[in-house]
Amino acid sequence: MSAFVPAVRAEFTKTLSTRMWWILAIILVAYVGLLAGGIAFGLGALDASGQDDAPPGPVGMGETVAGIPVDLLAPVVYSLATAVGYVFPALLGAMLVTNEFRHKTLTPTFLATPRRGAVLSAKWVVMFAFGALFGIAALIGTVGLGAAGLTAFGFDPILGESDTWALFGRAVLAMALWALVGVGLGVIVPSQVGSIVIILAFTQFVEPILRLAGGFADWAAQVAQFLPGAASDALVGASIYTVMSGAGSESLDWWQGGLVLLAYAALFTVIGYLANWRRDVT
Amino acid sequence: MPEGVPIEFDGVTKRFGSVAAVSDFSATILPGRVTGFLGPNGAGKTTSLRMLLGLVAPTSGRATIGGRSYAEIERPFATVGAALEAASFHPGRSARDHLRVYAQASSIDARRVDTVLDAVGLTPYAKRRVSGYSLGMRQRLGLATALLGDPGVLVLDEPINGLDPEGIKWIRTFLRSLADEGRTILVSSHLLSEVQQTVDEVLIIAKGRLVHTGPLASLESHAVHQVVVDSPTRPALADALTAAGMEPVPADDGLIVTGAEPDQVGAVAFAARVQLSVLYRRKAASELEDSFLALVGEEGSL
Repeated sequence: MSAFVPAVRAEFTKTLSTRMWWILAIILVAYVGLLAGGIAFGLGALDASGQDDAPPGPVGMGETVAGIPVDLLAPVVYSLATAVGYVFPALLGAMLVTNEFRHKTLTPTFLATPRRGAVLSAKWVVMFAFGALFGIAALIGTVGLGAAGLTAFGFDPILGESDTWALFGRAVLAMALWALVGVGLGVIVPSQVGSIVIILAFTQFVEPILRLAGGFADWAAQVAQFLPGAASDALVGASIYTVMSGAGSESLDWWQGGLVLLAYAALFTVIGYLANWRRDVT
Repeated sequence: MPEGVPIEFDGVTKRFGSVAAVSDFSATILPGRVTGFLGPNGAGKTTSLRMLLGLVAPTSGRATIGGRSYAEIERPFATVGAALEAASFHPGRSARDHLRVYAQASSIDARRVDTVLDAVGLTPYAKRRVSGYSLGMRQRLGLATALLGDPGVLVLDEPINGLDPEGIKWIRTFLRSLADEGRTILVSSHLLSEVQQTVDEVLIIAKGRLVHTGPLASLESHAVHQVVVDSPTRPALADALTAAGMEPVPADDGLIVTGAEPDQVGAVAFAARVQLSVLYRRKAASELEDSFLALVGEEGSL
């Protein structure tokens, strides 16, 4: 423990003393905020125009807008913070690790803290905190602009309900876990360009396609629910992807989703530790 | 005042695949003096230092500082300061923040950051990002990192590389004063001439093996002697020397004989009744460098 607490302080300073964290945070807030505002205004305008051609949901689900039950409008808009924004904490986590390889700072880092496991644990602690911070920032964006859009068209932003705030809490947890997944991926793929490309390609392209494919067969849906993005959406409890892929898709319970995401982070980190972190630093 | 402790390499070997980077390397580096760790590029200097510092795991053998391996030292920066390469900085971080990070990681008082910045002359540039630093400034920042914990042992890999003449003079004086305080100073270089005026002891490594160790002056005994001799009848002298089994080489100021002492040359001339006009042993300026190169082999000239 004697090396761990100092290592945590050092990792906080490392993260705060370069520009990357706030550049990513600003892009994240602007991106998910504008998306949430745009979708809220778009759906509101569609509903108000009376030209909603989408088939209504199953009987008993009540009024829908573009096929989305009105009850789910606000959660779907707010959860864009995680459903779209989760890539940002993952990038931050991966960069905190790959920076050490890229700029050869592993040398002074391991000189100051020869217990290498303590360094990696410290990165987990610090990235969990920054991931949570990103989650709060992203929610400020989606709730701020999203609630404004919903309210403007007469929908209830349901900000007074405890369920909504529970969703916010789970969203913050999801973002924190994604930063840990990023740390794990960064140790497995120490090349900075390599790990950034993998994160972007997987989250923006590979996983959406796999989840879409999961909608075509039962067995595929069983597997697809364990994909990291699907687990994350299950943890948060609402997602534009879940709504789009229809009611037939499988989903984990929120706590199962959280555990699956944590398992990904832990598995990646342990594999990376064994494969790369213990190596000679030359 | 921090106390210097000995550095010890005990049969340290490192193989990368089938290539032996360092073979059975044993040496002791004592406090209170500056020890030069010399050898051509690729001789195994950096690998040896990295094994000492726990960054590279030895294939066999053990390197210790004051009897303990690096990993066993609590708060290592307070015992050992190391500067290994001039590029171990995040370019987007300022010198001050760089030092703050490692001060925190090794539980060193934050006030030391300003002290060491001042000691290496970087205070005016402390808030500038490292990406704007020259090689010389990076060297100074590396040294500042090594000094953070006010350690009794300093390990510096090629610290003179990239410094301007003023910087070289400064670091010589600085290392001398640190050694005089009783610290252990190990400085690597691939050029003897670079550290000749700084070091008391030398440790010479070539192809991963220790080839010489001892005080700097001990290199002189390895130097190849040159005797300069001349005569009004130089051809007769040359014949006499050749007949005596020496190999005189004509030069501007006479004949150069290597591998013999002046008295032997004089005796040959006397026996052959050749008059001598010049006879002295050359105090070649490159004598140490020559013996260094002779020790490390041909590739030393690279």
